[in-house]
Amino acid sequence: MIEMKGVSKVYHTGAKPALQDINLKIDGGEFVFLVGPSGAGKTTLIRLIFCEQAPTSGRISFLGRDTSTYKPGELLQHRRRMGMVFQDFRLLKSKTVFENVAFALEVVGRSPKEIQKRVPLALEQVGLSGKENAFPGELSGGEQQRVGIARALVREPLVLLADEPTGNLDPDISRQLMELFDQINRNGTTVIIATHAWDLVDQMQKRVIALEGGRIIRDEQRGYYRNEH
Amino acid sequence: MNINSLRYCLRQTSRSFSRNKWLALVSASMIAISLGILGGSLLAAVNTNQIMINIQSNLEMAVFLVEDADQEAIEAQLDGLPGITDYRFVSRDDGLREFARSLNAQSLFKELEGENNPLPDMFRVRAAEAELVPELAQKIEGLAGVESVEYGEELVDMLVRVSRWVNRASLTVSILLAAGAIFLIVTTIRLSVLARQEEVSIMKYLGASDWFVRLPFLLEGMLIGWLGTLVAILVLGAGYFRLAAIFIKEAQLFFLQPVTAAEQLVPIFLGLLILGTLMGGIGSTLSIRRFLKV
Repeated sequence: MIEMKGVSKVYHTGAKPALQDINLKIDGGEFVFLVGPSGAGKTTLIRLIFCEQAPTSGRISFLGRDTSTYKPGELLQHRRRMGMVFQDFRLLKSKTVFENVAFALEVVGRSPKEIQKRVPLALEQVGLSGKENAFPGELSGGEQQRVGIARALVREPLVLLADEPTGNLDPDISRQLMELFDQINRNGTTVIIATHAWDLVDQMQKRVIALEGGRIIRDEQRGYYRNEH
Repeated sequence: MNINSLRYCLRQTSRSFSRNKWLALVSASMIAISLGILGGSLLAAVNTNQIMINIQSNLEMAVFLVEDADQEAIEAQLDGLPGITDYRFVSRDDGLREFARSLNAQSLFKELEGENNPLPDMFRVRAAEAELVPELAQKIEGLAGVESVEYGEELVDMLVRVSRWVNRASLTVSILLAAGAIFLIVTTIRLSVLARQEEVSIMKYLGASDWFVRLPFLLEGMLIGWLGTLVAILVLGAGYFRLAAIFIKEAQLFFLQPVTAAEQLVPIFLGLLILGTLMGGIGSTLSIRRFLKV
């Protein structure tokens, strides 16, 4: 589904590349952890997959299509097939839970009827039924992130991208969210998560791609956060 | 962009407008003032133009003849000059009577009749356009039997100069005010952008198109411009027609009749409305370009 060949990313000419010679292939339906120290290139990799940025060199293809050949409309379509989850949730404080999730449908021009149908389903999926009218400020961090996940899911994306989704949450809540991601993955969505939560990575026994200094140093199925295991 | 998106954008526009009400109103007032002045000067220009036309179409040259000039020979030569619409011979006796009548003092001039009449014979000559008058006057002055030619040159010159000066001054002022108004719109829209910055960054991640992000801001600016101009037009229109009514009633001079024809006024008001809306659009476009990274 996603394939990278010899991908590098340099933000400023002369600076150390954020990513160097990345070669990887992620199939539809996979669950992938991106691990590594801060500055290893995890976030950059997610940005490249989202097509928020273009690689400095190399080729990224999505569903067999070279992303560098996208026309502007296709670039939007690409992003609309992805759901993005953030460490800081990025919810709109002035909107209710329902409105935050509905926002993902509004910005792509879906009808009010469709919004009324889909938002409750997404909220049910993340276990937030009944919280529709709450404002983010009234929710716990874990609940807020569930809203973020519901917003990413409501358009039924092919790929769910999450950058440190549990970075601001305590371990119990983090574990519950990882279970939620696993459940979403079992429903067929490809899930790619950049994380520092080594204990959860070790528990989940999923594919682990480890980055360091912008290079892939390890890529194993049913992997661990560290090599020593 | 489909109908749902458009509806969403319109909702955002009105929300943003009401959130920034006061600054939006100040910007709109600036637009109103600058376009009010521009509109006022356009109306003044239309009217001075009309006055010029009125005067021009009645502008006569007085061609004074030497004693015993050959009237028929001069008539033949006047016929040969292009740009003359008509002419009329006034004998010195008729001239005296016209003069006396115009002063309403016929009895006073009794003594000057006959041999004592100081006036020469003359032609009254009308030109097609005022602009032709100076040149024609010069040519006629060169004809045999013509003593001198007079026309209301000071009046015409003054009228041209005054209207030019008024136009330039009001154009300068309107341009300065318009620049100020656009700057205010930039600021207003900038505040809207700042207020919605987080929303905009999220919209990008949710796959909103650039136009979807920009349109509410663009519409907000255009709305401000449109509203401001609308106010300017209403005030200007009401003031103008009131003033015009006074002139029509009071002004004795035929050439001071104000322009009230719709075919002359409607394009001015319509043009102002388009200009004001455009100014709003320009302001928000500048603001979007500078402050909105999409």
